[in-house]
Amino acid sequence: MTTSTADLAAGASRPIDPAAEARDERLRRVSLIARLMRRPELGAVAGLVLVTVFFGLTANPAMFTLAGVMTVLSPAAQLGILAIAAALLMIGGEFDLSIGSMIAFAGLVFGALIVVGDLPLLAAIVATFVFAGLMGAVNGQIVIRTRLPSFIVTLAFLFILRGLSLVGLKWATGGSTQLRGIGDKAGAGVVRELFSGQALEGLFAWLAQANLIAKFPNGTPTVTGVPVGVLWFLAIAALATYVLLRTRFGNWIFAAGGDPNAARNSGVPVNMVKTTLFVLTACAATLVAILTVLDAGSTDARRGFQKEFEAIIAAVIGGCLLTGGYGSAIGAFFGAIIFGMVSIGLTYTSFDSDWFQVFLGGMLLLAVLFNNFIRRKATGER
Amino acid sequence: MKRFLAGMIAAAAIAVAGAAPSAAQQTRIIVVSHGQAADPFWSVVKNGVAKAAADLKVAVDYRAPETFDMVAMSQLIDAAVNQKPAGLVVSIPDASALGPSIQKAVAAGIPVISMNSGSDVSKKLGALLHVGQDEFDAGKAAGEKLASMGGKVGVCVNHEVGNVALDLRCKGFAEGFKGKVTTLPVSNDPSEIRSKVKAALSDASVDTVMALSASLGGEPTLAGVKEAGKIATVRVATFDLSANFLKAIAAGEAAFGIDQQQFLQGYLPVAFLALNAEYGLVPGGNVPSGPNLVTKEKAAQVVDLSAKGIR
Repeated sequence: MTTSTADLAAGASRPIDPAAEARDERLRRVSLIARLMRRPELGAVAGLVLVTVFFGLTANPAMFTLAGVMTVLSPAAQLGILAIAAALLMIGGEFDLSIGSMIAFAGLVFGALIVVGDLPLLAAIVATFVFAGLMGAVNGQIVIRTRLPSFIVTLAFLFILRGLSLVGLKWATGGSTQLRGIGDKAGAGVVRELFSGQALEGLFAWLAQANLIAKFPNGTPTVTGVPVGVLWFLAIAALATYVLLRTRFGNWIFAAGGDPNAARNSGVPVNMVKTTLFVLTACAATLVAILTVLDAGSTDARRGFQKEFEAIIAAVIGGCLLTGGYGSAIGAFFGAIIFGMVSIGLTYTSFDSDWFQVFLGGMLLLAVLFNNFIRRKATGER
Repeated sequence: MKRFLAGMIAAAAIAVAGAAPSAAQQTRIIVVSHGQAADPFWSVVKNGVAKAAADLKVAVDYRAPETFDMVAMSQLIDAAVNQKPAGLVVSIPDASALGPSIQKAVAAGIPVISMNSGSDVSKKLGALLHVGQDEFDAGKAAGEKLASMGGKVGVCVNHEVGNVALDLRCKGFAEGFKGKVTTLPVSNDPSEIRSKVKAALSDASVDTVMALSASLGGEPTLAGVKEAGKIATVRVATFDLSANFLKAIAAGEAAFGIDQQQFLQGYLPVAFLALNAEYGLVPGGNVPSGPNLVTKEKAAQVVDLSAKGIR
């Protein structure tokens, strides 16, 4: 099965038989603007604008300084890495509710390998990813072989992994629910730089020296670099968007989620695609676990709590349908930024924090409604 | 749909108008804690914060992550530092996760006072002082008291798994109690706690149950003990106080509650920081806000204040 760039550029998400395509009267020429308007992520971009305007009017102006933007981007990045993987899986027609617990569990495995197992950092990272990949494959295989809804299967793993994290933490620490000293034992080096701390520090130091960015009274810049998590987030968003829109595997994902039977009949290896996507969500959770564990230097039994829901919400804001077959990775990227902005942005306002969850829910609902509204207008959907 | 959307936008606009910046020139202090707003214990801390803000006429913002999430909490501290408040109050349940953010606040020249948890690391991270209760010592005091009341086999009910301070309470309890102690991990869902406690009491030798927070852990624990029909033989004690648990103490059903007087943990740091901002004053050392064991004799007097959210 092959695809041509023409259908992809037109935003067509399902593979079309290439033979029937040339000069087909069913293919209408569409203008660039109309094509842009029909992208699933359009609503998320509009929602982001709306949220930015809201905080522009209500928040302390410090939110929109460089340091403020970084405080918004770091939670957005952690959520975004999860949300992009969750979006791909949702487009593929499945859910993974175990990713939040997977963060705690992968963090435990990673921490235990370093602190208890005395493994070097690189070996521990590779081993944790392999292990997480296996867990993802198990999830996927159970869903495929039993034909149970992935919602139920991964819900079971939400509890199993959360519980195992607690058991494992107590085993690794001798009774405590928090494993400390991972950061100290991991040591320094290139691998550490890749997964923790900040990047581009030289650039920011230079900018501060040239008085281009703000400094603390003691002369250090208020922003010493870009958190590496943010760079991972950008790289993953770009890669996922490329795979989804420009490769055969991307088309397979849309096909597997849109109509698995039709996809199977036209030769798409649906089971392989879905298993790969489950492995991907588990690995995304593991990446977040490693990033946060190395930055925090510790892990505990509550890490990643409720992150599975936040990731799915971000994916939905980004235009993914709960039924599969439609959505985008870049939309999840914007969805995660909206979520990060709302959750951190409220602390820049003078609202009483008791109202926090009401606002969070309300703004998310508003963002999704707005998103839906724009999409309907744009696609002429009824 | 369109109308609904218009309504939502109008509602948002009203919210925006309501949140118009108030008294920008006022001294502003930010409190970042790990206690969820819905937790009755932390609402007392928040009341202390609000009282101090009103008494000393400073603006205070109280922030906490929605779940016990250390990564989110460190992000909240970063966001607070970025607003350059006149003072920052933090609780430190996980020093390695929150340390870098707190040190950043200190580097930015913001006076920091820690409260509730983190007495062991407060100085090292650059905080001026700590207002709180030493968890291990309080647990030990409770353990000794329960042992002196005749306890031999104890259960420690942990409802906030992952919080080192609660681990220390159980450890201190085990140390002071000297008998056999097992830890029972639960969520903060009352019905789950009730049934798990009931299940734990199926071991007939258990004669003492220690809960780690009165309203989240203590009340459901007490209910579980009652349902198991063992209220007369099993001694129940808890960290912290709540109106209902106090009534049980007054009625002789529960042994005692450990009051860490968390109102002070909200009030004092804000008051200290307000005075620091105005006059440069700062106390010379940590302030222990507790423990204060509330037994049957003291209970009645405290009931009233607990219902008002002060104790």
